Amino acid sequence: MVVLRDLHFGYGDRPILEGVTLEVPRGKITALMGASGGGKTTVLRLIGGQYKAQSGSLLFDGQEVSQLSHEQLYAARRRMGMLFQFGALFTDISVFDNVAFPLREHTDLPEAMVRDIVLMKLESVGLRGALDLLPSEISGGMARRVALARAIALDPELVMYDEPFAGLDPISLGTAARLIRQLNDALGLTSIVVSHDLDETFAIADQVIVLANGRIAAQGTPDEVRQSRDPLVHQFVSAAPDGPVRFHYPAPSATQDFGLQASGGRP
Amino acid sequence: MIFKGLAHIGWVTRSWLADIGHAARLFVQLLSFAPDCVRRFGLVRDQMHFLGNYSLAIISVSGLFVGFVLGLQGYYTLQRYGSASALGLLVALSLVRELGPVVSALLFAGRAGTSLTAEIGLMKAGEQLSAMEMMAIDPVRRILAPRFWGGVLVMPILAAVFSAVGILGGWVVGVLMIGVDSGSFWGQMQSGVDVWQDVGNGVIKSLVFGITVSFVALRQGFEAQPTPEGVARATTRTVVMASLSVLALDFVLTALMFSI
Repeated sequence: MVVLRDLHFGYGDRPILEGVTLEVPRGKITALMGASGGGKTTVLRLIGGQYKAQSGSLLFDGQEVSQLSHEQLYAARRRMGMLFQFGALFTDISVFDNVAFPLREHTDLPEAMVRDIVLMKLESVGLRGALDLLPSEISGGMARRVALARAIALDPELVMYDEPFAGLDPISLGTAARLIRQLNDALGLTSIVVSHDLDETFAIADQVIVLANGRIAAQGTPDEVRQSRDPLVHQFVSAAPDGPVRFHYPAPSATQDFGLQASGGRP
Repeated sequence: MIFKGLAHIGWVTRSWLADIGHAARLFVQLLSFAPDCVRRFGLVRDQMHFLGNYSLAIISVSGLFVGFVLGLQGYYTLQRYGSASALGLLVALSLVRELGPVVSALLFAGRAGTSLTAEIGLMKAGEQLSAMEMMAIDPVRRILAPRFWGGVLVMPILAAVFSAVGILGGWVVGVLMIGVDSGSFWGQMQSGVDVWQDVGNGVIKSLVFGITVSFVALRQGFEAQPTPEGVARATTRTVVMASLSVLALDFVLTALMFSI
């Protein structure tokens, strides 16, 4: 469904992706994992055509995304859904109107049919009863489920989830993970999940890709990645504080910064 | 040192040119979406209602006080030449040709312009515009264009309200308080104000100011850094840039109108 080949991208002089090659198989859930700032969300933005790669190739269903015209890109985006980290709901309209928004913009369906579709989508995320509430009246977890209902309103083929589990309580977290799996299987979607949450993501993913330092550090089934001997992947999977990824940002020595003598005595 | 200075000048010039290019492209986009706005006029109407309501109170009250002051100052000047009966004409011409469009545009920039900038900036910060793009909906077409055309169309209405209330204010001071003859006040106004030359020029001015203020406000919001500081800075810039643009354009338009 999505293929990246030797993809390079950076912000100004700072490289983010350095020669990333990966494939997202149709009908499966692919998890993109890795330390913060590793370029996971950037990959989603590149697939959605919001950023342009500096070099390399990015194919969405066989089409080179960077070479699509404005109209072709928008046509491709109609086949994608994206769940943003904090939902990105329109705050001045109700839950119902948020989910109905893409339907009203892209179709000429009668209002009765829009209502039926919105109710079905809200039912699939368990929020049919919240249709009249405003985004300010629902919790963060509920907002993300509403955003998910909105993302699948036009029955996309590919759904991208940006940190769907961040900040959720354990009950909502488990529910959200099961929901992603159920929707993927029931609607025949292809899903890409960007997440830090190891247990929940490994439980639902068919394929896990670990990004580190702009490259792919590991790729395979959740079990294969768990057993990886790569020190970076091992540190990430076992949540170890020490390893190739340092906890401390590079800084002058503490002795120098705190004005202490090198001998360890008082100044 | 010299090379560093030259490099800095080059960088500033390039940024400035890129900025102008982005602004021009956005402006052309907003103009080109006019047919969409006609097709979905409900979106423009909602914005006219929203922006108009926002500014109506401040514009009416300001118009009233400006009318009061014009009544007093006008009478003070005219009675020196024994022309106090022309007070109505003076108040009406001052408001319709000049003060109505300019002051209402300045108030519109402070009231509705800042609200537009903050709204678009916060939508950007909350990733709502990105979400819209990912839904294959162009935010310029769906969000910015109706607000732009709503602002353009509501501006002459607000200027008309300002002038009408101001004339009433001038009448209250001139006729009711000072005792200028009511017949002369309205009669001179009726015979001296030309619909095309005076009212028409005022309408053209307020349309141009509506375009200016709405465009500046929307662009500042659209280009704002998606942070609280960025939105705050963009809002301030809207007031400064829109107000200065209105005053500068007023001079240019007035010069053009008098020379034709």
